[in-house]
Amino acid sequence: MSNVGSYEERYKGFSWKSAAEELGYGTGGVFNIGYYCSDRICERGRGGSLALLWEGFSGEVKKFTFDDLRRFSNRFANMLEQNGLQAGDRICLFMDRIPELYIGFLGVLKMGGIVQPLFSAFGEDALSMRLADAGTKAVLTTRKHLPKVRRIRAALPSLTTVIIVDAGGRTLENGEVAFSMAEAQGLDSYRVHPAAPEMPSVLHYTSGTTGKPKGALHVHSSIVAQYLTTKWVLDVTPDDVYWCTADPGWVTGTSYGIIGPWASGITQVVLDAGFSARNWYDFIQRYKVTVWYSAPTAIRLLMKEGLEVVKHFDLSSLRHLASVGEPLNAEAVIWSEKAFGKPFHDTFWQTETGCIVITNFPGMKIKPGSMGKPFPGIEATVVHPKTGDPVERKGVVGLIALKPGWPAMFRSYWNNAQTYEGKFRNGWYICGDRASVDNEGYYWFVGRDDDVINTAGHLVGPFEIESALLEHSAVAESAAVGKPDPINMEVVKAFVALKPGYSSSDDLTMDIMNFIRKKLSPLAMPQEIEYVPSLPKTRSGKIMRRLLRAKEWGEEIGDTSTLEND
Amino acid sequence: MAEDLKRVIIDYIKKEYLDEDSDEEITEDTKLISGGIVDSFSMVSLKMFLEKKFHIKIPDEKATPEAFDSVNNILTLVKEFVQS
Repeated sequence: MSNVGSYEERYKGFSWKSAAEELGYGTGGVFNIGYYCSDRICERGRGGSLALLWEGFSGEVKKFTFDDLRRFSNRFANMLEQNGLQAGDRICLFMDRIPELYIGFLGVLKMGGIVQPLFSAFGEDALSMRLADAGTKAVLTTRKHLPKVRRIRAALPSLTTVIIVDAGGRTLENGEVAFSMAEAQGLDSYRVHPAAPEMPSVLHYTSGTTGKPKGALHVHSSIVAQYLTTKWVLDVTPDDVYWCTADPGWVTGTSYGIIGPWASGITQVVLDAGFSARNWYDFIQRYKVTVWYSAPTAIRLLMKEGLEVVKHFDLSSLRHLASVGEPLNAEAVIWSEKAFGKPFHDTFWQTETGCIVITNFPGMKIKPGSMGKPFPGIEATVVHPKTGDPVERKGVVGLIALKPGWPAMFRSYWNNAQTYEGKFRNGWYICGDRASVDNEGYYWFVGRDDDVINTAGHLVGPFEIESALLEHSAVAESAAVGKPDPINMEVVKAFVALKPGYSSSDDLTMDIMNFIRKKLSPLAMPQEIEYVPSLPKTRSGKIMRRLLRAKEWGEEIGDTSTLEND
Repeated sequence: MAEDLKRVIIDYIKKEYLDEDSDEEITEDTKLISGGIVDSFSMVSLKMFLEKKFHIKIPDEKATPEAFDSVNNILTLVKEFVQS
């Protein structure tokens, strides 16, 4: 029997208040996420249980109990305060998936800071833009990423402190501090910041079609929804060994790679290594992973390696599989049943929703290719793109819309209330994804409603790429669109018109690719560049990305009446 | 000959994938993909470099994370096509 039991019964009788009671949220007037993920588990007599088993790419293993989490996160919080940081300060975590990232996350929350995790593969421009927007006061990083931080620091007046967690006696510059968790003693007693339920907790940046990336701001009470969705959707129990393959630089890696599992008091394993099918299977086998939360891109990469390799490993520990990031195609669901004897359960949510909102529940009939049904407490529908009214007829495509009010929903975009307000219509939060609902209430994903590129489950903004492309000396104008990809669903393709005096070549293509990778990130790097004499524009001069995108996807071009005449 | 090829590949990886101020060293055994130096997205530009430098065409199905996981692995892959 799964934790959720009867979906219909749960949906009918649901209230978020009872969800909070189940977690014990607010007991003794404590609302801080950091406490619920460490101290509370210890108070319940599970301090000696394994919280984190971390393995590095070289095979090094580190283990932390919940009591270790409690004491080391206390130490992090204390160290941040001693360095002049205060409640409400934005404190960025910019590092690979090392234990300090996970434990530091709790430490920032415990001292009342707003934790801003950023993907460690971000290049200087991507990093600088996000730190400047948030007015970030401190960055916690490692030697590996310190040079990037140093190069942008002069342009970031708010950034007072850079903390290096593996400085190892290296010479530091002004405003840089060495902190070694390994050398520091855990701190047994610390007064956790008395956060209110609505106090900001986590700031995750996400990309849109236009403008700069936006910081989706979450609050401490988000934990109520993250805890319950972990329990009902990921179906964890205290004896599980849970593996979330997402990087905490993105929202899945914090909501379900830190908060959800640790609020549930379960053991999670982390593999800080690049993808390899054999290594992944070996990891599952060695640590007897029972619940595995991964992404369609990873599943398709495993599919590419074939079924034969699966047979070399004992994966019988696996009990429940789930997936997030982009729509899980029916073939992947069917393949996972062949490979593991179990289907992957697709889950839908986004940075702004903070928790899973539409999903395939354990025990529920899976329709391969469907997103599943709304989580209890989430009122969902699809609305007409023009009127914003709910689409009444089943099977008709509209925009996925959610009634605001669940605890994990973002409260605003940082410094960008106007864009936040623009996400709502007729009292619905509009997700920006198109879907239909069938006559049994299952949602079926169709595609994005904007030009944002979903590559391997990560949203990349075309505007950010185009702006960076224009900084390349050879590029006169450009357009970035998503093109279909069998593994990553979409990858970035750039259309580039060159400045006079430049001509296309493989060398130039490589140069532009690497230029974008270093400035922004590998995800934003065009996987293909097509050189064009000019780009299609409207009469007002706006580049018509949708024409280029339609061409890549083999879709109808649609209305071209506003196209500029050559 | 093999040493020259190794050096060319190592130099390219250092130039393009390591930070200019990095003190990290790359040897022929350094884990590139599983070690987080090169990721699956960046493999595209690395593959393009190898194809151009060695006048070969590496089929997509051969461009796996394992084949790109060290300079030695890359060398084995490159040799397969240089010889054929």
